[in-house]
Amino acid sequence: MAVDVNAETGTFRVKAGLAQMLKGGVIMDVVNAEQAKIAEDAGAVAVMALERVPSDIRKDGGVSRMSDPTMIQGIIDAVTIPVMAKARIGHFVEAQVLQAMGVDYIDESEVLTPADENNHISKHEFKVPFVCGCRNLGEALRRIGEGAAMIRTKGEAGTGNIVEAVRHARTVLGEIRRIQGMDEDELMATARDLRAPYDLVREIHQTGKLPVVNFAAGGIATPSDAALMMQLGVEGVFVGSGIFKSSNPALMANAIVKATTHFRDPFIIAEVSKGLGDSMPGLDIRTMPEDEKLSTRGW
Amino acid sequence: MPTVGVLAIQGDFEEHRQMLEKLGVEVSEIRLPHQLEGIDGLIIPGGESTTIAQLIDIYHFRDVLREKIEGGLPVWGTCAGMIIISNKLTDHRPEPLHLMDIEVSRNAFGRQVDSFEADVQVDDIDGPPFHCVFIRAPGVNKMGEGVKVLAKLEDGRPIAVRQGHMLATSFHPELTDDTRIHGLFIKIIEGSA
Repeated sequence: MAVDVNAETGTFRVKAGLAQMLKGGVIMDVVNAEQAKIAEDAGAVAVMALERVPSDIRKDGGVSRMSDPTMIQGIIDAVTIPVMAKARIGHFVEAQVLQAMGVDYIDESEVLTPADENNHISKHEFKVPFVCGCRNLGEALRRIGEGAAMIRTKGEAGTGNIVEAVRHARTVLGEIRRIQGMDEDELMATARDLRAPYDLVREIHQTGKLPVVNFAAGGIATPSDAALMMQLGVEGVFVGSGIFKSSNPALMANAIVKATTHFRDPFIIAEVSKGLGDSMPGLDIRTMPEDEKLSTRGW
Repeated sequence: MPTVGVLAIQGDFEEHRQMLEKLGVEVSEIRLPHQLEGIDGLIIPGGESTTIAQLIDIYHFRDVLREKIEGGLPVWGTCAGMIIISNKLTDHRPEPLHLMDIEVSRNAFGRQVDSFEADVQVDDIDGPPFHCVFIRAPGVNKMGEGVKVLAKLEDGRPIAVRQGHMLATSFHPELTDDTRIHGLFIKIIEGSA
């Protein structure tokens, strides 16, 4: 689109910039156009289009792939907020397909079955921005090094259990604080220990924050869960199974949106938490076999 | 120095706060309507216009915002903020505040893959062209006689417009290091521009 001869598309600034516009908001998993509209009406800042929410992926087993383009297109046509979709880790052709369809953000996600156990997608050459999951700062910086324009915690998707998202957010934010307080001399050894690009470690030392927006994901099931993650220091939340596996999705969606905006106000959180019905059923991660954990996919 | 409020219910209000702090003005983050008391101007930031509009209604901002801005409170909307303060949208949603005499199209330049950056000359600020960042940006289709175009793209589409004490930009000056348009808004607040 030649709006201006000096116009440049697909720059890192516009890719990271969209995530900046989503801050303070809730991104919701939806599996059809009807759910996408419920999410938009409840105040979602974006929707994540996928065939099955993570708790169903967990239940069904098998190989989980990019969703059917027809279903994604149906969601793109149904809403005016940004539409995100998931590609398998390392599956750059799924990413090419999603970009060709005009998806606004790609989640290179551990919730799907990885296509490459060694390499993530090189995200620099895409015009569409990517969000990637992480468990710690090194993982976050490796993904940013590959071109991710937004980061989220992995948490443990589809469990309705916030414990892993808390662990991952505390780890990332704690490591940032630690680097900020270091001597310049310690940065290279830290980059080595974190297995992270040195330039990004230096940048964190100087700025005290990630160079991209950082959301929480994986296990958020209640308004208080969302506010907890916000108070820990993330800039917004993804809610997967937590909305459409609850007994009243529209009400739950709206309550989580309000709790995310007013995350420091316990009176508002109390008010919106009343009469929501049942949250999604939860899973205890301590008794979960290691090979059933989604967060260990990718590195 | 004036106190500038930034509507902080969703979006990139933090980036606006940092720009204003660079210029040495007091900044107040507005999350509930009573916090609008005592500010001299208001920025409605970038974000998701559907979400911001809904939260404006949920928290009963609509009437008080309309009353204050119609009564002369200077306002500046960036991107989603332009949508919110417009008089009319080509979409069926969200419901704007019907303040500035412009008709706006959401996502006027396409989806995220079409988001772009460009250098554009902006009237009323000194110096070189402004580096404008457009993210799923809205465009101005029509405007009333009292609305002045401050900047347009080469294809003629307006991207910065002003109507007295109301300013709207399709792009995001808060995503750059250039404070000139924030400076212009402060001059509008002070009545010197």
